[in-house]
Amino acid sequence: MFFHFCEVRMRQALISLALAMALGAVPALAEKTASQGIDEYRAMLQDGNPAELFEAKGEDLWKQKRGPKNASLEACDLGQGPGIIKGVFVSLPKFFADTGKVQDLESRLLTCMQTLQGFDAQAIAKTNFGRGEMANVTALATWIAAESKGMKFNLSQSHAQERVMYEVGKRLFYMRGGTHDFSCASCHGEEGKRIRLQDLPMLTKNPGDGVGFAAWPAYRVSNGQMWGMQQRLNDCYRQQRFPYPGFASDATVALGVYLGVNAQGAASIAPAIKR
Amino acid sequence: MADPMRIRAQASGDKATVRVLMSHEMESGQRKDAAGKIVPAWFIQEVTASHNGKVVMTAEWGPAVSKNPYLQFNVKGAKAGDKVSIKWVDNRGDTRTDEATIS
Repeated sequence: MFFHFCEVRMRQALISLALAMALGAVPALAEKTASQGIDEYRAMLQDGNPAELFEAKGEDLWKQKRGPKNASLEACDLGQGPGIIKGVFVSLPKFFADTGKVQDLESRLLTCMQTLQGFDAQAIAKTNFGRGEMANVTALATWIAAESKGMKFNLSQSHAQERVMYEVGKRLFYMRGGTHDFSCASCHGEEGKRIRLQDLPMLTKNPGDGVGFAAWPAYRVSNGQMWGMQQRLNDCYRQQRFPYPGFASDATVALGVYLGVNAQGAASIAPAIKR
Repeated sequence: MADPMRIRAQASGDKATVRVLMSHEMESGQRKDAAGKIVPAWFIQEVTASHNGKVVMTAEWGPAVSKNPYLQFNVKGAKAGDKVSIKWVDNRGDTRTDEATIS
């Protein structure tokens, strides 16, 4: 009994101490908002963005002879001609005549890995993120995106397929479904929304430089993973409680066209660093 | 073998600032995999920095350091053109050494 009494007293003392500390902390908290605090944290991380490690890996993978055909990717046409890297990231997704499809960076890389190196693109698309050749696709995308850092998004809408994909992407963006009756627009359709402390950009218009489509691929500090735009979209669908979309599927590319065209003129900061 | 480090070293005044990114899993040994088994600890244990071949810093690291760690430090008296090399050894005995020239 005595022990029990003591414990209660101790607990009361601790609670009042905790209260005093909490009250004491209030004036300091009022000086800056939580999101300002997060911005400072991000600024501190900026100097040592581990995305650079993935850039180096991606550059190496591009030049290395690999796959069943033992070839490099240097002849890969990402939209500006074979082997041209600089500036391609801010012009994708776009229509490719050889495949007859609109493709984003990651789906185009799959095409090149299949045609040039002899990899099985469908098998790679089914691989979990961060594993095997899928991790290599992400590293390649990271390096290629980094080569267009600071350049402004300028997606083509001249081909009929590109305009169709924009409309499809827009419809998907507003399509509600799943157990929570969510759509992309539920979170990204108006200003000032957030998930916990993460500010969510409004993506139905141009969100500005380095936000939304202009920030991915990005390194996520919290789990130490490098994410491409395909994984970003995959996880958005997970959070909406939708079934996972196929990697490099027409649906995800269409969303990319919608986001990319909306970001017209915004400067890319990819590869970015996220919490 | 482990992926290379990224080392940037820049001289200003009588010192040089060295920034290092290391590629490493830094597994803490506290996590469990999908099957419920503990993922064995695997982390960098020792970091050594040398300036023109002379050791200027050693550090003992543990499992609390993040994945793909970033390290920044200053070297007094280092000038442009000098060599900085970084070596790490992890708890499995794997090691990696990379060198950069101060700019």
